[in-house]
Amino acid sequence: MNIISWLWDIQGGATLGVIWAIMALGLYLTYRVLNYADLTVDGSLTLGGAISAVCVAAGVQPILAILIATVGGMMAGSVTGFLHTKFKIPDLLAGILTQFALYSINLRIMGKANFGLLNEVTLFSQIKDLGIPSKWAGLLIGVVFAVVLIIGVYCFFGTEIGCALRATGNNPHMVKAMGANTKVYIVLGLVVGNGLVAMSGALLAQYQGYADINMGVGTIVIGLAAIMIGEVLFSKKTYFHRLAGVVIGSVVYRIIIAFVLRISLTADTVIKITADDMKLITAIIVVIALVVPGLKDAALAKTSAKEGE
Amino acid sequence: MLDIKHVYKTFNKGTPVQKEALIDLNLHLEEGDFVTIIGGNGAGKSTMLNAVAGVFELDKGHVSIDGHDVTKDPEYKRAKYIGRVFQDPLRGTAGDMWIEENLAFALRRGKNRSFRWGISNKEREQFVELLKTLDLGLEDRLDSKVGLLSGGQRQALTLLMATIKKPQLLLLDEHTAALDPKTAKTVLDMTNKVVTENNLTTLMVTHNMNDAIKYGNRLIMMDHGHIIFDISGEEKKNLKVSDLLAKFEEVSGKELSNDRMLFAK
Ligand SMILES: Nc1ncnc2c1ncn2[C@@H]1O[C@H](COP(=O)(O)OP(=O)(O)OP(=O)(O)O)[C@@H](O)[C@H]1O
Ligand SMILES: [Mg+2]
Repeated sequence: MNIISWLWDIQGGATLGVIWAIMALGLYLTYRVLNYADLTVDGSLTLGGAISAVCVAAGVQPILAILIATVGGMMAGSVTGFLHTKFKIPDLLAGILTQFALYSINLRIMGKANFGLLNEVTLFSQIKDLGIPSKWAGLLIGVVFAVVLIIGVYCFFGTEIGCALRATGNNPHMVKAMGANTKVYIVLGLVVGNGLVAMSGALLAQYQGYADINMGVGTIVIGLAAIMIGEVLFSKKTYFHRLAGVVIGSVVYRIIIAFVLRISLTADTVIKITADDMKLITAIIVVIALVVPGLKDAALAKTSAKEGE
Repeated sequence: MLDIKHVYKTFNKGTPVQKEALIDLNLHLEEGDFVTIIGGNGAGKSTMLNAVAGVFELDKGHVSIDGHDVTKDPEYKRAKYIGRVFQDPLRGTAGDMWIEENLAFALRRGKNRSFRWGISNKEREQFVELLKTLDLGLEDRLDSKVGLLSGGQRQALTLLMATIKKPQLLLLDEHTAALDPKTAKTVLDMTNKVVTENNLTTLMVTHNMNDAIKYGNRLIMMDHGHIIFDISGEEKKNLKVSDLLAKFEEVSGKELSNDRMLFAK
């Protein structure tokens, strides 16, 4: 076993982790803060990647391409929001419908299922040109984006509008009784959340050098894995801790995946684990993360009940 | 201050479980009226309060508050006139948010919310002073999650939130029913204090006849979506529980059968 290759696994995992963490922050906003299980994200991640790739290929400044992609994601979020609040379509179904429609839209945008960015100028190539080794350019950009967004989302939560959004996810009755329109905040949360998801997809397309119609498949599960790993590892004291936890969770998730692949590569197992098996492994991680806290509570309740006897 | 005119509300219309909850309901409140409301289970007390708060659309009739016809306004728009405390202590507060965040949220009732900070240091000082008046030790716990408070503390906080920005109308729906007797008494005394000190126009549903007689300047009794008895002033002060029971039988032709009605104490 080669220690250096393990270290590079960590480095590579961290890079992918911070880029995907932007998606996880968006999902955190809808799933945890707004308490809305939004399935739009699988489509809006691809949408972000598609817009970003097509823009870059057309010669748009890479950073501007990422912003345009973000706006695209926000529009996708607003569609889900309107379907849910205006037409009273249940939250899951509203998200699925938008996601489904986005598949066609994403194909229209790219014109084909896979849109390569060979030799195009991307944000990452620009940073490399500044003299930063290509192995580190990705990590640097990802960390800068993640830190800026953690601070941004944290400050947003502190504003009057941010407070109303958090309260909407926590107790909509109270929000209405206090004169705020919960529908507005549901739409807002979906808009911002999907904007972040698309931004993540936009960065990812430039980082890996292509956008693919299937790049968003399973986004929601991957995001949940990141959120839940973060919650297990990190304190929930303040929102700053929680948001940082999401990013750390995303990084840890990617490192776990990289290690699993490395082990299966070197170990002499009968069945070789490949990248295609990661969806199964991710699903198992999420199931464990969903079940374990409940088991812990049950165990605690049992012991305290015994002490009470 | 409040006008309810010919209001009708039927739930599940056209189904076997159709229920006429309010039938030609009329009520007029003067500014500063503190009205207690009693009546059997399913009489329509909560429905009347919800009709005023705009929880659902009316079938017929009008509601106006302080001269504004709010019949067509959704719940969140009417909230600028109304403070509310619910029976369920969990309903009036955001349990995952801090005490100060809940209060700051309530302070902005009916105002436009912007990208300004959700809470200022000056407001924090104001909250500490207000929480001191509750005498529950909450003034030292501004950054505690509301979910950690007891039911009584939570109701006291909800009452503070409902009145921190003086409402034109205060709606209390059995807001002490979920509390133990001692805590219920504390919250009720608190309620009486804040209502009388601020001269708040108030509708308070209770299932305790003694409380209904003791508090407020006016008492109404409901049955089958109607107000069947309305008494105020000196006459109300001299009222006894036995009078109320007799009145109920006289008007409705049956005994007041309500398991939760408390007569003695
Ligand atoms: N949302 C609703 N959907 C269907 N029926 C309802 C609804 N709300 C109230 N009702 C029915 O309307 C009638 C009046 O109910 P309401 O809650 O106003 O009674 P109440 O006087 O508050 O009684 P309680 O003392 O039990 O609280 C009841 O028969 C009730 O079942
Ligand atoms: Mg009721």
